[in-house]
Amino acid sequence: MTAAPSSAAITRIVAEEYGRCVATLTRVLGDIDLAEDAVQDALTVALVRWPADGVPPNPGGWLVTTGRRRALDRLRRDAVGRDKEARAAREEPPPDDEPDAPEEEGPVHDDRLRMVFTCCHPALALPARVALTLRLLGGLTTPEIARAFLVPEATMAQRIVRAKNKIRAARIPYRVPHDADLPDRLPGVLAVVYLVFTEGHATSTRDDLAAEAIRLGRLLAELMPDEPEVLGLLALMLLTEARRPARTAPDGTRVLLADQDRARWDRELVAEGLELVRRCLRRDRPGPYQVQAAINAVHASAPDAAATDWRQIVALHDQLLALAPSPVVALNRAVAVAETEGPDAARVLVDALAERLDRYHLLHAVRADLLRRLGREDETRAALDAALARTDDPDDRALLTARRG
Amino acid sequence: MAHYLLSVITPSEGEAPGEDEMNAIMTDVATLQSDMQSAGVWVFSGGLEAPDTATVLARSGDDVLVTDGPFAELKEYVGGLTIIDVPDLDAAMHWGRRSTEAVGLPIEVRPFHWTP
Repeated sequence: MTAAPSSAAITRIVAEEYGRCVATLTRVLGDIDLAEDAVQDALTVALVRWPADGVPPNPGGWLVTTGRRRALDRLRRDAVGRDKEARAAREEPPPDDEPDAPEEEGPVHDDRLRMVFTCCHPALALPARVALTLRLLGGLTTPEIARAFLVPEATMAQRIVRAKNKIRAARIPYRVPHDADLPDRLPGVLAVVYLVFTEGHATSTRDDLAAEAIRLGRLLAELMPDEPEVLGLLALMLLTEARRPARTAPDGTRVLLADQDRARWDRELVAEGLELVRRCLRRDRPGPYQVQAAINAVHASAPDAAATDWRQIVALHDQLLALAPSPVVALNRAVAVAETEGPDAARVLVDALAERLDRYHLLHAVRADLLRRLGREDETRAALDAALARTDDPDDRALLTARRG
Repeated sequence: MAHYLLSVITPSEGEAPGEDEMNAIMTDVATLQSDMQSAGVWVFSGGLEAPDTATVLARSGDDVLVTDGPFAELKEYVGGLTIIDVPDLDAAMHWGRRSTEAVGLPIEVRPFHWTP
């Protein structure tokens, strides 16, 4: 037993252990709701006992053991629960009155990985997958998730209830897919984590979502160290997050990559991201996240914007287009081409995308930039107006208005 | 094991497949059905007549009202169905995928809440 912990310390332990405990108890009890209730019960006991007795050496194991006992008590009172009681009792370890007994729950990692694939099952809609993943693996509460996604709390609660109900009624399995099915299933998992990250990155007030996405990314990298796309996604998030301190000017407006003070980038995150990109390159099994990470690695390796290896960036965009064709990637490639072949070559590429991306404000913003460099002032102004007409985001509008002069 | 209903979502309008195309589809469906049987998951399957052959019966007080035609006119209707008995949704989706590949129409996979 350690010394009496602070309530902040207990809160931190609970946040770290929540996903692990729910995952293990879902396997033991065969039901996500039962598992969540059991963890809540165990936390209630912990909040009474830990401040007095100290935190047990293995808090996760303690919560699982206590939670399972509480769940068994609950099920014994409930005749409908007889099947589940039998199932949970079969996995009960030998009688042991010491609730601080060492962890005996088997491969805990596998439980969390099972939970990842259940929460991110393709039969669930993407918003439901995101909500379940944040709730069950991230340990976020329903009000927290609702706030993060700017959705009314009742809507988010309903989304989570419906998803859990479908998992139960349609029998979405609680297991890691076979190796043969992994290539089909993994992108759905990575998309959830990346969506959480981009939501967090889009607005500076929701940077806790970006942090949560990186935490989930680290968990996936720990659970699936041999999947290069998992490492690629983590690298992409780290290299993007590293720029956060330089993304906002003192007056709160957004600073574009070319204008950022690179001394303010987080060197530790950059170093970690670059190391992951090197690991991916050694594996030589490229995928869309790895290539996007590599593009960010090229930016991260340039001491200033002028030193950027734009030829490398064009080549990586070619690779990305081959792996995952998209007009937005083609637009980003055109931005790099402006640096290697000049603004007029890039303008031809952008104009070819104009029809498909007409509603995308950045197409017009990029076009405006190229036209300005070509000295075509009237067209520049028209393109900036077109961009302004297509975005409500205050940061975007501030940048565009400033350029319009 | 659990029962799932695989429904063939058939458009009400548009052109029906020609004879050759229909024959090719029926060959694929026959192969699929025999694969389901050898896997031990097949319970029942069949193709339905058009919705305008339907009759709806509904209790009204002590009477039963009889209505000519389908319950609702929709843009799509269930044109055929298969019932399978498999361990979980992943297995049901595997057969659903095979079905949509064979039939060329969307397949709805839906779990049974209760079977005898």
